[in-house]
Amino acid sequence: MATTAPALTPAASGYRSGLYEWLTTTDHKKIGILYVVNSFIFFFLGGLLALGVRTELAQPGLQFLADENLYNELFTMHGTVMIFLFIIPMLVGFGNYVVPLQVGAPDMAFPRINALSFWMLPLAGTLLFLGFATGGAAAAGWTSYSPLAQDRPLGSVGPGQDLWIVGLILVGTSSILGSINFLVTIFKMRAPGMTLFRMPILVWTVLVTSVLVLMATPVLTSALVMLFIDRNYGGSFFDPANGGNAVLWQNVFWFYSHPAVYIMVLPAMGMISEILPVFSRKPLFGYKAFVFATAGIGALGFSVWAHHMFTTGSVYLPFFSLMTFLIAVPTGVKMFNWIFTLFRGKLTFSTPLLFALGFLSMFLIGGINGAFSAAVPVDFALHDTYWVVAHLHYVLFGGSVFGVFAGVYFWFPKMTGRMLGEGLGKVQFVLMFIGFNLTFFPMHALGLSGMPRRIADYASDAGWNELNLAATVGGFLIAASILPFLWNVFVSLRSGKPAGDDPWEGNTLEWATSSPPPPYNFDHLPEIRSERPVFDLRHGRAGSGH
Amino acid sequence: MTSDSQALTTTEHSPVAGFAHDASGGISNPILGMLLFITSEVMFFAGLFAAYFASRAAVAPWPPTEFEHTLEAFGPVFPATIMLVISSVTCQIGVNAIRRDDRAGFIRAIGITLVLGIMFLLIQVFDYGLLYSEGLTVAAGPYGTTYYTLTGFHGAHVFGGVIMLGVVLYRGMAGQFSSRHHDAVEATSIYWHFVDVVWIGLYTTLYWLR
Repeated sequence: MATTAPALTPAASGYRSGLYEWLTTTDHKKIGILYVVNSFIFFFLGGLLALGVRTELAQPGLQFLADENLYNELFTMHGTVMIFLFIIPMLVGFGNYVVPLQVGAPDMAFPRINALSFWMLPLAGTLLFLGFATGGAAAAGWTSYSPLAQDRPLGSVGPGQDLWIVGLILVGTSSILGSINFLVTIFKMRAPGMTLFRMPILVWTVLVTSVLVLMATPVLTSALVMLFIDRNYGGSFFDPANGGNAVLWQNVFWFYSHPAVYIMVLPAMGMISEILPVFSRKPLFGYKAFVFATAGIGALGFSVWAHHMFTTGSVYLPFFSLMTFLIAVPTGVKMFNWIFTLFRGKLTFSTPLLFALGFLSMFLIGGINGAFSAAVPVDFALHDTYWVVAHLHYVLFGGSVFGVFAGVYFWFPKMTGRMLGEGLGKVQFVLMFIGFNLTFFPMHALGLSGMPRRIADYASDAGWNELNLAATVGGFLIAASILPFLWNVFVSLRSGKPAGDDPWEGNTLEWATSSPPPPYNFDHLPEIRSERPVFDLRHGRAGSGH
Repeated sequence: MTSDSQALTTTEHSPVAGFAHDASGGISNPILGMLLFITSEVMFFAGLFAAYFASRAAVAPWPPTEFEHTLEAFGPVFPATIMLVISSVTCQIGVNAIRRDDRAGFIRAIGITLVLGIMFLLIQVFDYGLLYSEGLTVAAGPYGTTYYTLTGFHGAHVFGGVIMLGVVLYRGMAGQFSSRHHDAVEATSIYWHFVDVVWIGLYTTLYWLR
């Protein structure tokens, strides 16, 4: 085991290197940190865009925005930034840092391509935001339906939409290269003794996610390219006025964007599946069932895309409704895996566990309201209302974002050699949990009573005033919860409690080396005879016999 | 790493080096990477083909009357197709040559492959010029848009393949490949075969199925 120096400073090989090192590094640990920091920056920017939306909607009437098109830019960019520049790269960042360590490898399979994948992201983000400075950012929704997204009167005139297209093509390429890296690393670089069914669950979820990225993202690229040709070369793909087919865009777009939601949640589920066993002092209940359920979600995820299009009249409704209900089954299996991991465990309510419990409860709500929408007649009424906004935020914020924060508190000590403060962590959790529910729970009622999405203003006698105001207050509460988090990071980096190799009594290989690890990751590896090699080493057992 | 030392002393036998002859067997990292990359490219073309078939199903007649005879299966694309298929054969000849350490044969074969690839591109560009003068442009309705998008992106992939072949040829002439170390050649040839197969699919769909 690499020994930690008795001094309180992080190892010299840790993160406190010069700017040149950070700009040119190919070390998966530094690249992982770059991804995480970059993603947080876009999380804050995307959050500001959301505050813009909520500020305008707090009361009926257009109070703050000069025109409604600016409102359209705000929600378009909010969705785009949160999906493509925050959550997906954030999970890639954690995967980058943790997966090579968890499989006992010295780095990813293609370290230089890894660096390329990262550096494409700040460039892509810049291009996307440049729209604001060049006559208006993209304003056709993150879903960019035609003919609204076309370059014609009443459509999306100007470079903003084209910058959006190019920015997203860059993000997509970055993702695809990353997925290749993960797959080769996982299949070819595992330490001796680590069979596939001894891999940590996080590695499994990254594996399935990478397959989804590899197969689905290029389809989005093709859609974006076709839209670009429509807008700039007189193409006739999607514009009905030009002989094109608007529903074709929806089909190609959602063929990617549905698997995308699993891309956005599976790694977070993997992180939760690492954290719950550690803080329950029990192995994950039903390891193999969990693996098969994850693979099942990945496969089924390609068969449901048209449930976003039920109301177009161009969809074979029974099939897509059935497949959508079906995908709830493996998801439910995983819920039981997690619950039975906790059951009769010896629980330690540290911040990572709090966020993990937040994930479980909030993702459950998001899954239930999604199941309602799987029923076609229900969707006919609720499509494009705030019900959907509630659903997507319960699974993506209540699910993925809480999972991300669980991961942050869990792996920060490994990355920096310092513990994050528990007090501030709990303050953040409580504020964020309350703020999140205050923002999004009322949206169920708003949707049921008919409030449409993507409107800058609403009638004062629709009965929506109080709930919108409540949601706005909640939004600012979420923003406020970020402050103790940032303070926590700042203070802990300077003077947080030294972490040591294994502050949580973890199960997996990253806890078998120093915090932070040396550049080559491991001096030597413990014997690997189960999915919990460090647990086995600590307790002198041969493992649970997988 | 654990266990004994003998098998693990050289980089060729390191389980994490991932070279062509991996200690744990199986294909090397770069070749697995190329196969996965090609999978993603197949999905990219799948999206374009989906758009083609959807457009074709929604528009009657297809081809539109003014373009009924514009795309000729035995026009310039016919020799181009023959050349591309032959180039796949010569590419494989090159790979087999370097697997036997026949460097001269490898360089000859890759050189011919490269020339054939460039000829394909030149014929394609020439053909585009002819089609444009007959009124088939990108903006000529769904028929034109889908034709140029599909063949254009295929041509871009051929161009990428030509660059790769050029690099491999250069490195080969510089003596960087042997029978034990020629991952780049294998990966390039796999990519080139993929480009050829896509063209067979395109040629059949656009010029025969119509």
